[in-house]
Amino acid sequence: MISRMPAQQLSVPVEGQVGTAPNEDEGILVARDLTVHYGSFPAIKDVSMAVQPNQITALIGPSGCGKSTMLRCFNRMNDLIDSAKVTGGLTYHGVDLYGPGVDPVQVRRHIGMVFQKPNPFPKSIYANIAFGAKIAGIRSGLDELVEESLTKAALWDEVKDKLHESANALSGGQQQRLCIARAIATSPDVVLMDEPASALDPIATLRIEELMTELKQEYTIIVVTHNMQQAARVSDRTAFFNVSISEDGHRTGRLVEFDDTTTIFTNPREKSTEDYITGRFG
Amino acid sequence: MISRTAPTPDLVQAALAGRRFRLVDSLLAGGLLLSLFSSLLVLITLLADTLRTAAPVFADRGLVFVTAPLSADPAKAGVLQGIQGSLALTLFVMLIGFPLGVSAAIYLEEYATDGGFTRFITANVRNLAGVPSVVYGILGLALFVNLAGGLTNGRTIVSGGLTLTVLVLPIMIITTSEALRSVPATVREASYGVGATKWETIRHHVLPIALPTILTGTVLTVARAFGESAPLLLAGALVTNFFQPSADASVVQLITDERYTALPLVVFNWARQPQEEFVQLTAAAVVVLLVLLVSVNATTILLRDRFEMKSLR
Amino acid sequence: MGVGKLLMDPLLIDLRGDRGRQRRETLVRRTFLAAAVFSVAISVAIVVSLFGEAGAFLNKIDVSQFIANGWFPRRGRFQVMALVAHSAIITGVAISVAVPLGIGSAIYLSEYARSGTRRLLKPTLEILAGVPSVVLGVFALNFITPQLVKRLFSTAETSNLLAAGLGVGILIVPLVASISEDAMRAVPDSLRQAAYGLGAKPWHVSLRVVVPAALSGIVAAIILAISRAIGETMVVALAAGNAGILSVNPLEGGITLTGAIAALAIGSDQVAGDNAAFQSLFFVGLLLFVMTFGLNIVSERFVRRYRQRY
Ligand SMILES: Nc1ncnc2c1ncn2[C@@H]1O[C@H](COP(=O)(O)OP(=O)(O)OP(=O)(O)O)[C@@H](O)[C@H]1O
Ligand SMILES: [Mg+2]
Repeated sequence: MISRMPAQQLSVPVEGQVGTAPNEDEGILVARDLTVHYGSFPAIKDVSMAVQPNQITALIGPSGCGKSTMLRCFNRMNDLIDSAKVTGGLTYHGVDLYGPGVDPVQVRRHIGMVFQKPNPFPKSIYANIAFGAKIAGIRSGLDELVEESLTKAALWDEVKDKLHESANALSGGQQQRLCIARAIATSPDVVLMDEPASALDPIATLRIEELMTELKQEYTIIVVTHNMQQAARVSDRTAFFNVSISEDGHRTGRLVEFDDTTTIFTNPREKSTEDYITGRFG
Repeated sequence: MISRTAPTPDLVQAALAGRRFRLVDSLLAGGLLLSLFSSLLVLITLLADTLRTAAPVFADRGLVFVTAPLSADPAKAGVLQGIQGSLALTLFVMLIGFPLGVSAAIYLEEYATDGGFTRFITANVRNLAGVPSVVYGILGLALFVNLAGGLTNGRTIVSGGLTLTVLVLPIMIITTSEALRSVPATVREASYGVGATKWETIRHHVLPIALPTILTGTVLTVARAFGESAPLLLAGALVTNFFQPSADASVVQLITDERYTALPLVVFNWARQPQEEFVQLTAAAVVVLLVLLVSVNATTILLRDRFEMKSLR
Repeated sequence: MGVGKLLMDPLLIDLRGDRGRQRRETLVRRTFLAAAVFSVAISVAIVVSLFGEAGAFLNKIDVSQFIANGWFPRRGRFQVMALVAHSAIITGVAISVAVPLGIGSAIYLSEYARSGTRRLLKPTLEILAGVPSVVLGVFALNFITPQLVKRLFSTAETSNLLAAGLGVGILIVPLVASISEDAMRAVPDSLRQAAYGLGAKPWHVSLRVVVPAALSGIVAAIILAISRAIGETMVVALAAGNAGILSVNPLEGGITLTGAIAALAIGSDQVAGDNAAFQSLFFVGLLLFVMTFGLNIVSERFVRRYRQRY
């Protein structure tokens, strides 16, 4: 358990050590000293990282270190939590995502999201996919869109005969692929995935992983995972977050190390990264 | 007690068996069940006594009793205006109270941030729900009959309908809020995740899921309005044996110009009449009231089931 | 610099979103806000409508009347104390019926009933809760009084506080039962398991473990029931009569706070305007409002206490 470890061991000096990898200032999404508070306590502090297009970026780290919080910054899902406050810089193709006049709703059409537990709408498979397009005012070509999205999500063959049946009748793995299809149906640029396979069995997990590898041709993917093998298997770059506990017991996550996945897994710079990926804690 | 010496199987079994019959436990369970049964007993007595008393009226006059107008002559008196008034009042509650209540609940549950203002409104709604109905009648009298008399035309069904609407609004808000709260957060997240706005999320996902529960709450609320009488006494409903809407009045005139009453007030009025015959008439009016109440419930339940099927598609 | 960049960057323009959609969003939000604020307007209207005329009433009459000479508003006699006393007696009777029956039912439903029994008996309470109060008023007047009260006490008047109290009691049994049951069901099962683990008998568990643990919820139920009993109008107006003389004998009739309002309302064609009788209606209403409001707040406290605990 992390909580039993002395804070000293966990709080890593991070200043000046992050982002030594190439092109730290350039990328499709660039965070600069990003800090998120829930109420008056920071959940993540001073995170700087750049996400490259058509790559899979994995966020790993012990529970509570702020991976989901970080991920939800990218498409402004944190705006929906009253107490959350985001400071620092986050740009998307050079545009400040938190700048004045930027509509979070519109951001989410560019940067889609897949959640930990499959959460299809309690409607038909077809309605699940078509919803995003419908609210965007698209009325024609929905059939094609549904087929295309389901095909890309490797689900078409399994559901093409029951498009108008309830999505709740699908298996967990199918539901999660449906959620992926739903996310890409709005033709986003980036897809965020928060532990997309953690509720699935190993076979369904493997299918999701294959799917991610296919999708990166077309999309940029950021994935949170607790599964080291998964991060090693699918991601191009990996960001390791760790949590430090302040004296009054509040936990704050920081980015410890962000590098090519092979480097992180074979030759990490930080001791805590090595401890984490070799399973010595977390 | 288990003895210290080596226990024989017999001894162990005897110790574990305990006493077969536990007096205290049986007495308590019996007593508790009795308290529950006494409610059933009261209900049965009430229905039986009402039906027994009302039987001669329906035997002699059949459904004419339902379609005949009010009268001071017990042999002729019917409940027609009472039924008309009650149905019109219920319609008011559904057409104004339902959308207003649901809207307020949507604001409180979906839009409002958890601040002092929200907590104030929520506490206010809870307190309003506990205000005695007769006090709403005073409000109706002061506000709708007197102050806004120019608009409502005083003691009309508009005043009564608005009074009942205001009365049920807090209950409507509370039940709707509970229904909205039971919609899982994951559904909202999913919808926002594909770029839906708040209203799109509410309209397409939250409301369809919450609707069956909202409608169940509405059934109870509308039924309550249907049986309500104290506030109407003050909001201008008539407690009398003589009144007849003019035969050539249009619907609008019926609502805005004519005097009105409601079925529960017909019951109230007849129960206070000294003549012996009115005891039977009162019971008969109660039967009509209860039958209509059951129908209001049934209609709304049917409506709810239809919505439930629809939202599945 | 800014303008040039804004015009150039199609992404930024796109991220600003659809103006029409945003306007619609704001409009919808404001509509819902208005509906929510309307509920506050109701409270304000209630308070204003009560206080205005009640103040005028107090200015007009001699407050010493409140304790003597009976309640005869049309003759200018306003013994509010009689109303309060009659309300208190009826509430007392109602509570002594509803509390044992309601809590007994709640314990049975929460601790003893199997799901089958529950499904059979719980609707009884729900149906009882749905019976309009005017129907119970008729029942109290035409059944409880002749068949019960007068048979037991031959001296009872035709209108009497006892029958009215019994009618109100029946009306609030479901309320007491449902709130108490909620509180008992909120008691975590682990507490019961622990007691049984120590060898407690069923009666011990329900009366010595569950009831104490749910006590604040049960107290809340009782307080709310008192509030409801005080505010109940139709049963009282029918069964308790209109006698304005102070009486503490439950077998006699007597007018209550709510009964006084109803009586004034029925005759209000004659007493409209700024005469004291009409205005006394608002004063009594205010009294009723303040009493029930206070009780509701107290009961709310107790509910919050058990919600916090579990
Ligand atoms: N809505 C919220 N309100 C307040 N605090 C929150 C909220 N969401 C998360 N937190 C806190 O922020 C910190 C980071 O949470 P987050 O969910 O981002 O962690 P995580 O790394 O995703 O953990 P896990 O691996 O368990 O999913 C935690 O301490 C958590 O308690
Ligand atoms: Mg997480």
